[in-house]
Amino acid sequence: MINKIFPSVEAALAGIADGSTIMIGGFGGAGQPAELIDGLIAQGAKDLVIVNNNAGNADYGLAALLKTGRVRKIICSFPRQADSHVFDGLYRAGKIELELVPQGNLAERIRAAGAGIGAFFTPTGYGTPLAEGKEQREIDGKMYVLEMPIHADVALIKAERGDRWGNLTYRKTARNFGPIMAAAAKLSIASVHEVVPLGDLDPEAVVTQGLYVQRVVCLPRT
Amino acid sequence: MTTTTISPNVKKRNRNEMAARVARDIPDGAVVNLGIGLPTLVANHLPSDREVLLHSENGVLGMGPAPAEGQEDWDLINAGKQAVTLLDGGSYFHHADSFAMMRGGHLDYCVLGAFQVAVNGDLANWHTGAPDAIPAVGGAMDLAIGAKKTFVMMEHLTKSGESKLVERCTYPLTGVGCVSRIYTDLATIDITPQGLKVVDMVEGLTLAELQGLSGVPMQAA
Repeated sequence: MINKIFPSVEAALAGIADGSTIMIGGFGGAGQPAELIDGLIAQGAKDLVIVNNNAGNADYGLAALLKTGRVRKIICSFPRQADSHVFDGLYRAGKIELELVPQGNLAERIRAAGAGIGAFFTPTGYGTPLAEGKEQREIDGKMYVLEMPIHADVALIKAERGDRWGNLTYRKTARNFGPIMAAAAKLSIASVHEVVPLGDLDPEAVVTQGLYVQRVVCLPRT
Repeated sequence: MTTTTISPNVKKRNRNEMAARVARDIPDGAVVNLGIGLPTLVANHLPSDREVLLHSENGVLGMGPAPAEGQEDWDLINAGKQAVTLLDGGSYFHHADSFAMMRGGHLDYCVLGAFQVAVNGDLANWHTGAPDAIPAVGGAMDLAIGAKKTFVMMEHLTKSGESKLVERCTYPLTGVGCVSRIYTDLATIDITPQGLKVVDMVEGLTLAELQGLSGVPMQAA
């Protein structure tokens, strides 16, 4: 029998190794798996590479993880925000490496990893500092930049409902990076607000198929 | 000739007048992405007899206005991370699909802010290049080159009176040759292979004055 439901955040995060590349879903607060991030802080893995659209807000969630000093590098599109003082301080002190990626390239590089694509040519970023040092090619009269996939050891994502096979649905714009990160990581861990019996999720509306997800933990809305 | 003073007779467009001017050019049925900041105001000026589909990079098409106070749903936000609503017929999708819509040329218009626009349509709007600045790009580079037409909305001059319309961008580029029309507080200007063409100007301004303020060649459309 397949049962991917784990009894606790602690159990779901067991075994994450030092040096892992970890994708974390969310765009701002929407879809940010706050409880899984807190669990990762408690779990203690260090020397991490984090992939997220942003670089944390205020002192909670991703910012709290950065504050522990266990993140070696962050790959993101928009680190600078009004309340990104934790990242700002680490970056200015040279204590964290930043790989800045245009948001659409970030999404497509994650998608490419999950889809088995070796690399792809994209027009985004051509002629800008973010394309420097990358292979460029003219295709049908238009210029493109070669971008590589981003693979991960672990993905932490927040979904809405799930079942014991790991099928997931999301809620509104909280979907954002969840489906592509689930596919790009070797170990995808999802928190859901509700676990339902097999067959309850409309098969026409399952967004992330269970084969992409290894562990599910239920965190009911309080 | 470059001048840096604007005659007191010139009636500059305020932010809402700039937004209304952009909105006039968005036709019924268009699919549009409005950038963060000044371009967001365009949504408030779209005529009610036109159906315009708003796209937001974080995975929503058919975005509606801000919810009433107290009705915010923080799972439903726009690119600026403000609470929004969904119109009937609207839908959600993941980030890679959202940027495929953009990059794949499925959006009709994108309206962006800018630090500088060059006469060849180069856009600089993500980084001042200051050595101590923390860089952040977000969706700017995808938006700049993705839509069928990229409009820029900006003040014509910087606070210190320099033209933001330039011969060559001195700030790091966001996109190459991607801007087709510029809306400023002084004029509406098309970027064409034959150079800048002034579509309209605010009351009290002459083409010679506009050119003097801009420091780049332009002609009447």
